[in-house]
Amino acid sequence: MGRCILVTGAARSTGRRLVGALAEEPGVERVVAVDDLEPEEPFPAKVEHLAVDLRSPALVRTVQSAGIDTCVHLGVTAEPRAAGGRATMKERNVLGTMQLLAAAYHAPGLRRLVLKSTTAVYGAAAGDPAVWTESMSHETPRHGFGKDAIEVEDYVRSFDRRRPDVAVIVLRLANQVGPTVDNPLTRYFELPVCPTVLGFDPRLQFLHEEDTAEVLLRATMGPAPHGTFNVAGDGVVLLSQAIRIAGKPPLPIPEPLVGRVAELAGRTVDFSPEQVRFLQYGRVADTSAAAEQLGFLPKWTSLHAFEDFASRLNRLVTEEQVLRLEHEALDLLRRAVGWVGR
Amino acid sequence: MTPPRDRCEARTRKGDRCRNPAGPDGLCAVHRRQQAAGGAGAVHTPPGAPGTEPFGPFLDWAEEALEFLGRRLLGEYEVDEFGHDPDLVEHVLAPLLRPLYKRWWRVETRGLEHVPASGPALVVGNHAGTLPFDALMVALALLDEHPAHRSLRMLAADLAFDLPVVAPLARKLGNTLACAEDATRLLESGELVGVWPEGYKGLGKPYRERYQLQRFGRGGFVEVALRTGSPIVPVAVIGSEEIYPMVANLRRLARLLGFPYFPVTPTFPALGPLGAIPLPSKWLIEFCPPIETAHLGPEAVLDPMVLFDLTDQVRDTIQQTVHKNLLVRRGVFG
Repeated sequence: MGRCILVTGAARSTGRRLVGALAEEPGVERVVAVDDLEPEEPFPAKVEHLAVDLRSPALVRTVQSAGIDTCVHLGVTAEPRAAGGRATMKERNVLGTMQLLAAAYHAPGLRRLVLKSTTAVYGAAAGDPAVWTESMSHETPRHGFGKDAIEVEDYVRSFDRRRPDVAVIVLRLANQVGPTVDNPLTRYFELPVCPTVLGFDPRLQFLHEEDTAEVLLRATMGPAPHGTFNVAGDGVVLLSQAIRIAGKPPLPIPEPLVGRVAELAGRTVDFSPEQVRFLQYGRVADTSAAAEQLGFLPKWTSLHAFEDFASRLNRLVTEEQVLRLEHEALDLLRRAVGWVGR
Repeated sequence: MTPPRDRCEARTRKGDRCRNPAGPDGLCAVHRRQQAAGGAGAVHTPPGAPGTEPFGPFLDWAEEALEFLGRRLLGEYEVDEFGHDPDLVEHVLAPLLRPLYKRWWRVETRGLEHVPASGPALVVGNHAGTLPFDALMVALALLDEHPAHRSLRMLAADLAFDLPVVAPLARKLGNTLACAEDATRLLESGELVGVWPEGYKGLGKPYRERYQLQRFGRGGFVEVALRTGSPIVPVAVIGSEEIYPMVANLRRLARLLGFPYFPVTPTFPALGPLGAIPLPSKWLIEFCPPIETAHLGPEAVLDPMVLFDLTDQVRDTIQQTVHKNLLVRRGVFG
């Protein structure tokens, strides 16, 4: 018998992509896509769309009756605006996960649970170690998505203890970028100027959307090692460097004023306090566990992934302009020197 | 531990191996662009253009500076996972520190042969002088005068990563937070790590206690060395105590500002910003023979006696070298 896989948060771009890939896998018999939204591009014919909220009883019935063996939980969102406000976002993220896990607990055929989490669980602070490994203890982020993600991970871990027969894989993904990705961070780089915290230049890590799709597919279909894994492109990019690559002018704001400006800017982009802390201190996660145990090596480095994303932006400063300036300045200098020499 | 990533195959202008991580084609982003642009660099001065010969070195310098500015404007450089930015160090930070090293403090360096040319080692030094210039001078000595031009990856206090402007500079220079995780990670990837176990106690001690080494914390650095089997290279710096002779410490003001101490020197704060100019003492940096730890094995970490003994051995070595060199020094400014 083939695999029966349930995917939550399936209508958004990451979910839609995974569902499409799963539908083409030969060993997969059934794919149930759960999302109360309609996908931008319709699901393949093989996929059953369950257009319900995670908190609906229909989901419980499906998880328990349909012989689901794998559950991929992508339904944790980082975007209060899209979810309809911070309170609704929290309810969907945390209560939705609780409901899903409650249903999964009573599903006899379940063998694997994959959770898409985030490196935001590590928070961002000056006293952080330079590189996070999965087992390091960290201060709990007190706001927003990071806090939701920690609570969701806690519920999943407690599920792991109660159902030792289910392989639980938690993927902590770094910030995602790519030609089609739309999230608070990509919108930040699309602003005409990029506000930064004056005197800080954090290290950032990026994950290309193709690698996101690949790691989710591998966690769903490949061998199933229990555990939590950081997933990010190799290497780091400094915020100042990313802003240059995006071809935008930076706008440094003194720390005491940052809160006010974030409030103002919050009307166009999601500028949560945790986002501001991230842009002040950054964070980097170690990805060797994913390489060794999951066998996942990202194709895109952080830098290449960001460059691929940035190629869709309107650069204020282009490479040709800079090179031409370099040439002209040197040429001028050479002529001046030649004239003096004569 | 990350699997060792391939380094870029190209060589820098100085002829050193490029330290940036390589992409699939074996080159880093900087050198990939340079190769695509044809040959050594994006801009190329034709040799022997009429009338330019006497200014050749100047034109070379201008070319390199312009290329550097171009790279920074386009974001075409690479930093490692700790934020170390060799391009910025080579072109901006080291040139800024070099006059201090060569002219102002006339630093003399001995025992560089005790620092391995490759592989991990833990450089442990004494700390003094109110501001951590001694750490910067040791790092510059290793970068400029060591045959392998090694980058010293220093472990710095938390405060350095919370101060605007200082925080990113500290990372770009190759510093990271003084915690066991970061130190272990650096040593495991074969880096040369610098640690100043006296910390603020050494930096902020009054002038009358000069050249008396303070307590060496809890000896966490020895644990890290044992766990990674890295040799410990003690380094003794003299001269740093006299750059800002601290006669008093305004504790209350320091607490108000969130600093570990607020120094009063004969010139600071009396002369305002002028008082912040360090005195031109004569410096001597001596690297001592390495203390091997590999033969003790990582299990030795569990034995507190081994930790205490090694900590004391390192501290005594530095203290004795400091005393020995003070005796041969002709004068504070000599």
